[in-house]
Amino acid sequence: MRIGVTIFPGSNCDHDALFVIERAGATPVELWHADADLKGVDAVVVPGGFSYGDYLRPGGIARFSKVMGPLEEFAGSGGPVLGVCNGFQVLTEAHLLPGALLRNTGMRFVCKRVPACIETTKTPWTSLFESGEEIALPVAHNEGNYFADPRTLAKLEDEGRVVLRYLENPNGSLNDIAGICNAARNVVGLMPHPERVSDETLGSDEGLKVFDSVLSYAEAKV
Amino acid sequence: MSIQETYAALGLSDFEYERIVELLGRAPNYLELSLFSVMWSEHCGYKNSRPLLRRFLNRGPRVLQGPGENAGVVEAGGGWALVFKMESHNHPSAVEPYEGAATGVGGIIRDVLAMGARPVALLNSLRFGPLEEERNRYLFREVVRGIGGYGNAIGVPTVGGEVEFAPAYSSNPLVNAMCIGLVRADDFLRARAVGEGNLVVLFGAKTGRDGIHGATFASDDLTEESEEKRPNVQVGDPFAGKMLIECSLSLLKEDLLVSLQDLGAAGITSSASEMAAKGGFGVEIDVEKVPLREPDMEPWEIVISESQERMLAIVEPRKAEEALALAEKFELAAAVVGCVAGHGELRILQGDDIVGSVSARYLADAPVYEREVVTPAHLIEARRLSSGNLPVPENYSAVLLRMLSHPNLCSRRSVYEQYDHQVGTNTVVLPGADAAVMRIKGTTLGFAATTDCRGRYCYLHPRGGGAAAVAEAYRNLSCVGAEPVAVTDCLNFGSPEKREAYYQLAACIEGMAEACEVLGTPVVSGNVSLYNETEEGAVYPTPAVGMVGLFEDVSRRATPGFKRVGDEILLVGDFWPVLDGSEYLEIVHGRVAGVPPVPDLASEKAVSDVVQRAISTGVVDTAHDLSGGGLAVALAEMALVGSIGAEVRRLSVGRQDVALFGEVGGCVLLAVPEEKLEEIEELLEGVHYARIGRTGGGRLKVSGLLDLKLVELVEAYEQDLFERHAPEGGQLG
Repeated sequence: MRIGVTIFPGSNCDHDALFVIERAGATPVELWHADADLKGVDAVVVPGGFSYGDYLRPGGIARFSKVMGPLEEFAGSGGPVLGVCNGFQVLTEAHLLPGALLRNTGMRFVCKRVPACIETTKTPWTSLFESGEEIALPVAHNEGNYFADPRTLAKLEDEGRVVLRYLENPNGSLNDIAGICNAARNVVGLMPHPERVSDETLGSDEGLKVFDSVLSYAEAKV
Repeated sequence: MSIQETYAALGLSDFEYERIVELLGRAPNYLELSLFSVMWSEHCGYKNSRPLLRRFLNRGPRVLQGPGENAGVVEAGGGWALVFKMESHNHPSAVEPYEGAATGVGGIIRDVLAMGARPVALLNSLRFGPLEEERNRYLFREVVRGIGGYGNAIGVPTVGGEVEFAPAYSSNPLVNAMCIGLVRADDFLRARAVGEGNLVVLFGAKTGRDGIHGATFASDDLTEESEEKRPNVQVGDPFAGKMLIECSLSLLKEDLLVSLQDLGAAGITSSASEMAAKGGFGVEIDVEKVPLREPDMEPWEIVISESQERMLAIVEPRKAEEALALAEKFELAAAVVGCVAGHGELRILQGDDIVGSVSARYLADAPVYEREVVTPAHLIEARRLSSGNLPVPENYSAVLLRMLSHPNLCSRRSVYEQYDHQVGTNTVVLPGADAAVMRIKGTTLGFAATTDCRGRYCYLHPRGGGAAAVAEAYRNLSCVGAEPVAVTDCLNFGSPEKREAYYQLAACIEGMAEACEVLGTPVVSGNVSLYNETEEGAVYPTPAVGMVGLFEDVSRRATPGFKRVGDEILLVGDFWPVLDGSEYLEIVHGRVAGVPPVPDLASEKAVSDVVQRAISTGVVDTAHDLSGGGLAVALAEMALVGSIGAEVRRLSVGRQDVALFGEVGGCVLLAVPEEKLEEIEELLEGVHYARIGRTGGGRLKVSGLLDLKLVELVEAYEQDLFERHAPEGGQLG
């Protein structure tokens, strides 16, 4: 399986994503922002960082990058897409996911490990988890406070599209939302960083299951 | 303005001006005077500190590059090398704390990058005045925000550091940033302009008017008027910094570079003339070719501008086009701005006209001032302390809680949680331990890093304090299991023109140099920041020590938190605590006095080395050194981090506040499971140690003296330094 990682100017978790994809046993593929080409990958990770320096708004400029055209097509045709942190912000700016990520209510950047709960396993990126499974994931963001209008929020809840929920809310997110998916369930956005806990040397490999999930999803499809 | 007023305004003395005229054989023009002014500032020229710095040991078996380059380099095993340096950004942070701190981080990252290394870890060492004062709260809040704002965005994790508060730092904060980079040992670069006819390429951000005369500003006292020098403070753009990292490393990978240099203090002037002086060639820069942010800049402004996020590269002519194209890919401005020439001068051109030309050797050769070292009289007074007259606490538990909640001893969580400490996925031990631990991907290797200094010790006993700073760093690395290998330092002092500060500088360096020799950790890079004075006086002498250590197997490491119930607690080292200069003496008795413990370096080394061996052979996984706050605070930290209590016996018959809260160097606490006791006791042969208690239960007890629930310790220790002491715009709660 080949998994692409988009690289915008200012992406800084791109290498971490490429590294973990290889660890999970897939082939990592760099997708440069200025090339409108997904190089035939089977899944895409939009990594964390500060694309375009977070100028204007986090993700606000990256969504206009050339690579986003084919990415939107790929997502529209059911291809698995995962946005992590800034990647989640990019996906909401691109309207591939609903809602927005506002500044943390504590008005501070927050970097720590927080307990969270897998709310649905019906996505390519969470299929190997148990529903209700608790995992501790690191967050590192200034704008992770999930917001959506009440109707959208109710819809997300009703359709079981909240993918990950904080057990200790670090940023003021509505309904403690840490991650969601689109209606077709193939596009997932997560504020926490699973790639940072994908290695026992670093103290935990709970996050590796996110990448294992998409591999097993691809195998099942074949 | 008369000539005399002009050079005085640029920070040059009569003597220095005369020397310039003598060297050139003529009067310099304004541009040339500006070149000398920045290159002969203390910041660039080390004119007061150079004779003293010669005292440092610079060589060692692992040293690949000592001082004199952008950063030091040590061999890390497996063909890898670590590149590291620490630098101050005190003056800019005093007037514009967010940008001052942010550009301090940016600057040190570029120093490491200039050696061809990928920056992989950041640390810092911070000092502020007491948080009761609003100005200090503002400086603290904004400096921390600035460090995070830059480091988080550029994607280099901030993995460790230290912060302390004392009145001596009121309105004169110290902001020292350290960066560590990783490079293949065969691939690192030196900044040398070589090869006549090679081209000089400037790439990165465009050049503007920011930071004009920043280096000169940093080499003067802080006064009321310093606030007016806000325009001298540079503005950082971590986004451009990130592009600069990726572009520089790509240029290197594609083999397009002869040499690389960052633009820091004194901008193009300093970079070009240093490269020329080291290479033994000359450099010509045409200011008309420099990409500018604003039109109509004067030639002298262009060459000393300190606009951030720029690098200077020496490139062979046939590779220039490819290099420029690569810069464009990363959306950076880039241009060929000059060439390497055979004449040995830094020559500034404006089109066809020469607007200034000075031998690079003259610029690199700032005059040196050696001063007399005199022990100041007030020190003799401050050192007087009859601790026997101090009242003994009635309630030891209450004293411990009070100390744990003090800004100098409480948890740093509220600081480090604002820093991304995990980006890069190499951080093995998260902040809060004795040292940061990082892995080197694709190997079992790792490295540890720490920054340490006790300003109060250095104030009361500069020589002992200097040695203690090095010893503490060595101990901290040993306590996580790393073999300490080399030092970078950042010497923060008052004005060297005053006897007291010069004495402190000389004595601290003497103490540090001695410790580095005995411990076998050479100084491979560093920075000097003098003139840290306000109208209220000088800061504590604060020679911050950054030390780096190595792991052969990073899985064999230790952290402070207790890990099991029933572990035996061992106190290793010569335990002779004193109250002199201690946190306890200041927090509880309001005094900064006495002669703090002067480290016994041989014993320090023996204890630290045996602890390191015990960890690296897999016998011990729990270790913590005694530091500020003494035995009681160290035990409390191990208990509350591990969420396991302990019962400890009384250690002496004398004053129990001395035993519990007194401070001492060279002592480490270990927690060892029963089945490993024999093994550890064998290892400890030859050093003093004592079994002092056992882990377990939900309380920390020292028989008959202390008895506290873990939750009480946590409540005291886990203070949010910003919410409690520095509310945004609010009053102290």
